[in-house]
Amino acid sequence: MSVNLEFDTKPKAIQSINDSWIMIKRSSTHILRNTDQLLGAFFQPIMFLVLFAAVFGGAIKGSLPPGINYLDFLMAGIIVQTVAFGSTTTAVAICNDLQKGIVDRFRSLPMNNIAVLNGHVVSDLLRNTISTVVMLMTGLVIGFRSNATVIDWLFIAGILLLFTFAFSWLMAIMGVFSKSVEAVQWMTFIIIFPLTFASTAFVPSDSMPYYLQIFAENQPITQVINAVRALMLDTPIGNYGWLSVAWSLGILAVSVPIAAYLFKRKASN
Amino acid sequence: MVNKSNIAIKVSGLKKSYGKNKVLTGIDFEVKQGTMLALLGPNGAGKTTAVRILSTLLKPDEGDISIAGYDVLTQADCVRRVIGLTGQSAAVDELLTGRENLVMMGRLYRLTKKSAKLRADELLKDFDLTDAADRPSKTYSGGMRRRLDLAVSLIAIPPIIFLDEPTTGLDPRSRLAMWDIIEKLMASGTTILLTTQYLEEADKLADQIIVIDGGKIIAEGTASQLKSKVGKDRLELTLKDSQAVASAKKILGKAIIGSDDEENTVSLTINDINKDVKNVLEALSKANITIVSMEVHKPTLDDVFLSLTGKQKNKKEEA
Repeated sequence: MSVNLEFDTKPKAIQSINDSWIMIKRSSTHILRNTDQLLGAFFQPIMFLVLFAAVFGGAIKGSLPPGINYLDFLMAGIIVQTVAFGSTTTAVAICNDLQKGIVDRFRSLPMNNIAVLNGHVVSDLLRNTISTVVMLMTGLVIGFRSNATVIDWLFIAGILLLFTFAFSWLMAIMGVFSKSVEAVQWMTFIIIFPLTFASTAFVPSDSMPYYLQIFAENQPITQVINAVRALMLDTPIGNYGWLSVAWSLGILAVSVPIAAYLFKRKASN
Repeated sequence: MVNKSNIAIKVSGLKKSYGKNKVLTGIDFEVKQGTMLALLGPNGAGKTTAVRILSTLLKPDEGDISIAGYDVLTQADCVRRVIGLTGQSAAVDELLTGRENLVMMGRLYRLTKKSAKLRADELLKDFDLTDAADRPSKTYSGGMRRRLDLAVSLIAIPPIIFLDEPTTGLDPRSRLAMWDIIEKLMASGTTILLTTQYLEEADKLADQIIVIDGGKIIAEGTASQLKSKVGKDRLELTLKDSQAVASAKKILGKAIIGSDDEENTVSLTINDINKDVKNVLEALSKANITIVSMEVHKPTLDDVFLSLTGKQKNKKEEA
């Protein structure tokens, strides 16, 4: 034992932030080392985009507003769908940590335990950004064109990042709550699938049955899709911009404390 | 902070239950600074629960527990600075390399970046992991992973270490390597609480042993104190034939505690290995009885364990 150890004497709040930073680095390293998952994040969006555009494009064309091409319409929807499904990785990663006992290790250290959740949620932004960029590139190759300005794109990025962040926190609850990774998968699926399909992601809502239309038009994912779509196509954004931000902030305000509370409780059992 | 009586770990009246299942039903013990206490018991005895409570992972239902003078409930953060936890309930990150694991945990222990890196290098060398240092730990063998796990808990040189079944599931060679490391750790003055289901391990390493079963302490003492509870040394003689056994019985009388006519053996208890063995041999040689072989059996902790817990030996070996 020859090394003379020096301890950090920074204030507690700074050390707490530092803990989160260390955990973000850890989770991001996971994403980059887990090649299977990374390939998924790369190819799945390409597949979805190309197939949806090719399969539904012809049939849906007629119900779109005049002058709008299906690929341009689809882009916003499929990006939001992909990041929504992508956020389930947070749930899987948290569930894994809890099962493998590494959370016990973290809890025996003088660190801020919620940093573990922060790490997974923030690094999820990284993976979802990769997916989104891949999708946009693919879209450009197969004919997607946007009228958005640079400032519009910054708004798009902001709305999407905030939404992904909020949704990952929502999924963090599922990750803490579930007893196994399999449970995480079906539980997150039954939440996300209806939200993304009963939305304006793939078709305009006016062709849906009345009750579904009410749901589709008022649920959070539609607000985000419509805001992003309006910015991409340079059509009037209406209330969608602030509604999507409000929904994301609302989800955050509810999910963060619940996830943190459940995590603390579960980890000490 | 003041540690009056140089007691590193003090546990009194510790109780814990999950619903109706009483896991710990009132446990008291103390561990002096720089010594090792082994908690010995079969699966489900409550060892891991006790360690989880002592290392602040779990709240006790009742009882006072202080670690280095800090209360586990009200001063959990201080406790976490002075302990290291390893074994069953701890783990390493499989996608990170050995070195990354060490540095990360060091940083979370509040070490400076430089200290964490230097200390990681040192531990990798001490634990014979330098060659594998930059490989993801999921590629490690069981023994290597266990060594890394222990190294991680030593990154900030905590004065108190909890080793929860550190050798369960290891092959004999890895177990020996682990014992070696633990002995070095003891030599450096670290206070250790070890849980184990292997008597040999407790016997070899610990200063003090507590046997727990069904959530309570059923015996405690040093290894030799525990052994003396079970009985004295035993001399076992194998003779030429059953006739010899019969005459030996006659000569040695009530010193004989058992005999086997088919194997031609007799066993006796002995109080003093020098005198008693000599007397027995002389008596037999006077009567012209030939001894084929002889053995002196010392009571093992296995005998202690079995007589105390009443469990079948094969059940224990399954684990």
